[in-house]
Amino acid sequence: MNTVAATNRVAAVDVRHAAGQRLRERLFRWATLAAALLVLVLLGGVALSLLVGAWPALAHFKLAFLTREIWNPVTDQYGALAPIYGTLVTSFLALLLAIPVSFGIAIFLTELAPTWLKRPVGVAIELLAAVPSIIYGIWGLFVLSPVLQQHVQPWLINWLGPLPLIGKLFQGPPYGIGILTASFVLAIMVIPFISAVMRDVFETVPDVLKESGYGLGATTWEVIWQVVVPYARTGMIGGVMLGLGRALGETMAVTFVIGNAHRIGSSLLAPGTTISASIANEFAEAVGDLYTSSLVALGAILFLITFVVIAAARLMLMRLERKALSSV
Amino acid sequence: MNRRLIRKGINLLALGLSGLATAIGLFFLGAILWTLVKNGVAGLAAPVFSAMTPPPGSNGGLLNAIYGSVVMTVIGILVGGPIGMLAGTYLAEYGRATRIATVIRFVNDVLLSAPSIIVGLFVYELLVIRMGHFSALAGAVALGIIAIPVTVRTTEDMLNLVPQGMKDASTAMGAYHWRTITSVIYPAARSGIVTGLLLAVARISGETAPLLFTALNNQFWSTNLFAPMANLPVVIFQFALSPYPNWQQLAWTGALIITVSILILSITARIVVARLGPAGRR
Repeated sequence: MNTVAATNRVAAVDVRHAAGQRLRERLFRWATLAAALLVLVLLGGVALSLLVGAWPALAHFKLAFLTREIWNPVTDQYGALAPIYGTLVTSFLALLLAIPVSFGIAIFLTELAPTWLKRPVGVAIELLAAVPSIIYGIWGLFVLSPVLQQHVQPWLINWLGPLPLIGKLFQGPPYGIGILTASFVLAIMVIPFISAVMRDVFETVPDVLKESGYGLGATTWEVIWQVVVPYARTGMIGGVMLGLGRALGETMAVTFVIGNAHRIGSSLLAPGTTISASIANEFAEAVGDLYTSSLVALGAILFLITFVVIAAARLMLMRLERKALSSV
Repeated sequence: MNRRLIRKGINLLALGLSGLATAIGLFFLGAILWTLVKNGVAGLAAPVFSAMTPPPGSNGGLLNAIYGSVVMTVIGILVGGPIGMLAGTYLAEYGRATRIATVIRFVNDVLLSAPSIIVGLFVYELLVIRMGHFSALAGAVALGIIAIPVTVRTTEDMLNLVPQGMKDASTAMGAYHWRTITSVIYPAARSGIVTGLLLAVARISGETAPLLFTALNNQFWSTNLFAPMANLPVVIFQFALSPYPNWQQLAWTGALIITVSILILSITARIVVARLGPAGRR
């Protein structure tokens, strides 16, 4: 009798215990799911709030907002062309400078460096990515731009200025600050990002492929160029696009050295502006709804551009990951 | 024979250039750090840590800015850290390869590299306009939002490193999934998760753009979360671009302080990850 009662009691406790566990399981699961969904909500919220904030300007200027160069807070006339131009040109030039260097670093780290050197050099390059962007800005303004102004830009003006076609890009006085300097700083900033991705991608190339190359008598460079690069192409492009995403949205470093002039100069040495630099410089002091709204509209354009670029980059890298998994 | 020499030559040239590229990268890291030390150390005296940001031309320090940065970073990580950890847990333990988890992972990666100034605009629309003024709280929320995707990513990576056998053992003993996660998986992945949080702190403590129009700046000592608060990055921004020598000096000193702190955080995080094994590297 006693044992049966005891067993029943234990069973009852067990049932209650199990119910409690199930409840907690459900609660925990919901909590994690809610947090995960918050990530989606964040992206949606950002997009929605930008759209709402940008609406007055977009409704007022319509599509002309995208095609006009004028930016005049006094007459309340705004157009996004100059910042869009600055953003695209600085990012493009930055990639032009950064891609070869990043490629070299990735090759050095995967194929060339002795094992004892790999890690410290790799970490040092990664630390370059950890340095906050404002530090690049202040360094670019006080150290890099005087050097460019006194040594590099006069040289460019003298030697490239007289050339047909590209000569136009190197006209005018050497200001030190401007589109070219901003591109240079951006290039230094994105090098660690691109080279880190390229290095990781190069490491996914199966050793067997490389060894067959060497077995046929290829030199290290031939193996890299004819085996590693074709295999890793998608991932490399993904890394470059990721760097592009960084460069497009980078704010502080550019704000210091771009010159903040809302106009499109044909010379790369002239001051300009980018979307993020305009927002950083003017937003806190913007008076008037149309002014504020125009700046938010700039932000919305930037968000759209970077979203497309980053999404494309991630999709490429995801595709490569799947390829790496299936080949294992 | 000749052809072979050409091929060897190209090989040497290419590899030499790749070495040069690495040297260029290292040179810039060195140049930036050297500039910071050279210009920053001069102002690194006691008043920096004990006095408020001064008006132009008189002496002062960075105490209110350092305090503000610490406060906003701490609140930011307290907001973003737990949310990021829970979301990362969902991706690693519940969602796994389901469609919704794949979408969330993708969106998280996009947020991870989204321009931080956009987050500033978002929080401005969300909080600053509603509250009617700039505030430290808005700055902290902006930092928290930036911390979320970083934490999600590292948490998921670190939870995936926990051996499946360990999880199975816990399940076999009749533990529910939440019990396995909190009592087995979290402790096993603890150092990895802490590393992720360190990296998130490193990331947000140097962020300037999202603070420009959320926390703004404050020349005075303020502990009020609902008022504008000074912070190192914005003070550096403002002081560096000013024409006053004493402000510029403080900007360099602030830049040195912030960079050294962040580098220490990142290196610590890397040492911890290195102990976890090669799979922990990202």
